[in-house]
Amino acid sequence: MRALTWHGKRDVRVETLPDPEIVNPRDIIVRVTSTAICGSDLHLYHGMIPAMMPGDVLGHEFMGEVVEVGRGNTSLKKGDRVVVPFVIACGACFHCRKLQYSSCENSNPADTADLPETVYGHQTAGLFGYSHLTGGYAGGQAELVRVPYSDVGPIVVPEDLTDDEVLFLSDILPTGWMAAENCQIEEGDTVAVWGCGPVGLFAIQSALLMGASQVIAIDHMPTRLELAQRLGAKVIDFSSADVYSALLDMTGGIGPDAVIDAVGMESHGFAFDNIVDYAKQMLMLESDRPSALRQAIFACRAGGRVSIPGVYGGFVDKFPIGAVMEKGLTIRSGQTHVQKYLPRLLDMIREKKIDTTFLISHRMPLEDAAEAYRMFSDEPDTTTKVVLKT
Amino acid sequence: MFSHRHARGLHHPTAKQGGIGLLALLAGAAAVWAVGSLISDIKPSDSARKERQKGRRIGSGAPDEAKSAVVGRTVTIHRPKAELYDAWRDFARLPEFLENVESIAVLDETRSRWTVTGPAGTSFEFFSVITEDRPGEVIAWTSEPDADVRNSGRVEFRDAPGGRGTEVKATIAYEPPGGPLGQIFAKMLQREPGLQVRRDLKRFKQLMETGEIAVAASRRAES
Repeated sequence: MRALTWHGKRDVRVETLPDPEIVNPRDIIVRVTSTAICGSDLHLYHGMIPAMMPGDVLGHEFMGEVVEVGRGNTSLKKGDRVVVPFVIACGACFHCRKLQYSSCENSNPADTADLPETVYGHQTAGLFGYSHLTGGYAGGQAELVRVPYSDVGPIVVPEDLTDDEVLFLSDILPTGWMAAENCQIEEGDTVAVWGCGPVGLFAIQSALLMGASQVIAIDHMPTRLELAQRLGAKVIDFSSADVYSALLDMTGGIGPDAVIDAVGMESHGFAFDNIVDYAKQMLMLESDRPSALRQAIFACRAGGRVSIPGVYGGFVDKFPIGAVMEKGLTIRSGQTHVQKYLPRLLDMIREKKIDTTFLISHRMPLEDAAEAYRMFSDEPDTTTKVVLKT
Repeated sequence: MFSHRHARGLHHPTAKQGGIGLLALLAGAAAVWAVGSLISDIKPSDSARKERQKGRRIGSGAPDEAKSAVVGRTVTIHRPKAELYDAWRDFARLPEFLENVESIAVLDETRSRWTVTGPAGTSFEFFSVITEDRPGEVIAWTSEPDADVRNSGRVEFRDAPGGRGTEVKATIAYEPPGGPLGQIFAKMLQREPGLQVRRDLKRFKQLMETGEIAVAASRRAES
């Protein structure tokens, strides 16, 4: 099969690899029809995520046709058209039974779970195409993918919906939805969203659907701000306005009731403290740029909610714990419990309540994936979302 | 606390050694991992330490407590304790989830012959005898006196609160081959029991909860 493989910083290649096989009874093999590049893939592309190995297949947003079914899966059959969640979850452990799928205790293999356990205190779920911290499972930017625990994750989608309409169920739509849900939105609430990438845009749409009176989007890229505006958000361009003052002006001096950090700081999050000098260097680099999370916490009204869908991997410096405590803020975060949200979100797509296609800026063949990564990295304003077709 | 631990670990000669086992990972991440496992050696889990303090004697083949490494680990598995006990009591099945045990031949009600993988692709055999067996509650075993690596193990099963299943506590004691140097060597090869018991228990949990052991490989030959 052909697949997009990682070889180092800004070095990804489409190569020919052996086809995947059914390894465990509950596996399926999916022939990919559409797969997207995620903003978090760029952190792999930029060489910011540890525990990557040359030759790793990237991609965690994908869908396609079931071409082989393990004997342990009785719910899917050959020919089914499925969208696959980026989170691999067993469905049987304590966390899965609480619908906290991204904390699945079983899907990260025993030998790779050591690292997250050492760094975070506990292990986290396996993820497709995202470093050996989360299992090192081959990803979906490929013609074929082995999908473990396939009786729990993949959702069958009807033929009357196009790939473009349902593909984002794999990650960014439920991620945006969970980000808004974590805001516990009440009538009259203002929700402020930092970052108008795909997750931020879906968070904006979700917050409005959940009844927010006002959603304010913060970014500096004109195309992305325009997309946010089209969804019904008010916008603040942080390159030309003081975000805190603007937010207070727009909320009668109260501040937003809930804030969403859809930016994340993976890059220096992985500065483990045994390489302190390296960490300091990274943090100083970052301190020259506006820090979305600090700004969001500062702007949030007293008693408000802080939702963090943006990915963090390690430690941050100068975390404003004083503001969190003194203002009585609630912080909610996490990798998305994708499986929990799929049926409801699929219904909403069918009922045309959620528009999922507006953010796609490019559709390209898988063969051109290396160029697609370059564009997504270097031309972020015009490259909002790339969908690769096989 | 965290930074103190790691600062200490960085100056410890074996931290670097342990990292070699994870050559493929980012050096920094590997060092954190190595230090983490190092700390677990220096400070065995509370439960394991208590077992040592009690001065439990489990048979003539049991490792000398003054020289031995003791590792303990508890996991919660969402299955009834009788089922988990039964699975563990079936010694022939243990190699399915005990990674460095190649095979176990059950000889009679209490004796079995274990073939175990050691450092650098070596393997060795020993006879093991069950020293304690309470159905649904506990299984303990120890190597017979002539074992190359004297070792003993004990697995306890108790109901977890709130319908969470069963808490499974494993305590493994062994005398490292060739003393401390052997332990470092074993650690480099990721055959060190502290790691091993944690991974083995995880595989046991995976198998009992999901019916399979999670592997990331895309092909059977690589798994």
